[in-house]
Amino acid sequence: MSPHDHDHHEDDHGHEPLTNGDEPVTAARVRALGELLVEKGVIGREDVRQRIDWLVSRSPVDGARLVARSWVDPEFKQRLLEDARSAALELDLDPGPSPVVVALENTESVHHMVVCTLCSCYPKALLGPPPDWYKSVPYRSRAVADPRGVLAEFGVQLEDGVEVRVVDSTADIRYLVIPRRPAGAETLQEEELAALVTRDSMIGVAIPVAPTPVAA
Amino acid sequence: MRYGPGQTVRVAARRHEGHHRTPAYLKGKRGTVERVHARFRNPETHAYGLDGLPEQPLYLVRFEQEDVWGEYPGIAGDRLYADVFEHWLEEAE
Amino acid sequence: MERAVHDRGGWQTDAAIDRREHELADWEVLMDSIVGTLGQSGVMNVDELRRGIESMPRAEYETASYYERWLYSVETILAEKGVLASGELDARLGT
Repeated sequence: MSPHDHDHHEDDHGHEPLTNGDEPVTAARVRALGELLVEKGVIGREDVRQRIDWLVSRSPVDGARLVARSWVDPEFKQRLLEDARSAALELDLDPGPSPVVVALENTESVHHMVVCTLCSCYPKALLGPPPDWYKSVPYRSRAVADPRGVLAEFGVQLEDGVEVRVVDSTADIRYLVIPRRPAGAETLQEEELAALVTRDSMIGVAIPVAPTPVAA
Repeated sequence: MRYGPGQTVRVAARRHEGHHRTPAYLKGKRGTVERVHARFRNPETHAYGLDGLPEQPLYLVRFEQEDVWGEYPGIAGDRLYADVFEHWLEEAE
Repeated sequence: MERAVHDRGGWQTDAAIDRREHELADWEVLMDSIVGTLGQSGVMNVDELRRGIESMPRAEYETASYYERWLYSVETILAEKGVLASGELDARLGT
């Protein structure tokens, strides 16, 4: 059972080693758990494969498309802010299993940042799996108590008078930050705009930057 | 749904043994209902093999950071938001 | 107010945030997918996953990696539900 079927050894009858190269011992235990649960009929092998395919295909490109569309289409932006889940479905994007997704709009006076202090809740259908730091104890601890310190650590410079709003994702709602369209990006097309939107800007620890024009 | 947007509420300061989704740092803190979400299965029972029904109302509550932390190192006016279940909220002045 | 091992908001720490990127290993993708499939099949839900993680002793919680916590939780919860017999997984690994 492996995410990379081209490299599988399911026909091997040899005893699987407890370590495999530089994987931790946990890797073998997880594989054995998977095999055991499939054999006992608790889960289906094909169901696991489909979930693997789903997970590895998730990326911030989907979230970026939502943001870019909201930058060029004000009515879409309103729909996004009212119900991000439905807005994602409008663009044929998978909003994920959470029944409610909320988009948080950054403006010239407000900057949002998202954290899950209790675990790692994250809109992974639209952003891909969360980075390790998002799930880490230091981020979970400091994002709520010292968000400006955390933003400084991430290299974010906020203008004077900008209010920082931290959102602690404690329950079933998933939150996605809609960063501000950068200055200097006025002539870019939607696809080019989407390329400026990073995963970190949709968590709230980065700000999109327009490409500097190439000198003639 | 017992509370409405703009209403002042306080997060209950009670102990709870076992799984629950109200963070310690918010217990006892005063905030304002920002948004009324829908109802969701109660994680406190759903985590123990029960069905989590009846679904419980969930609210997005807004807090002034200066109300949450004794010495907040940011700027007055900064805010914090968290989703809190109705049975963890009380009316407040 | 005493807090559980996972309840970290405002927990005093000066630790810097380690921002190194790490692509999920195959076994981590598999762990995530096993949990997702258990959820989809109605065997174990996300609240149970969280409860299992929160039951880890503090020292183990702090040293385990993210998906090692998931593994701990799944083994604990499935044993509690009688889906996995005590020692069944160890026997399979020959440990």
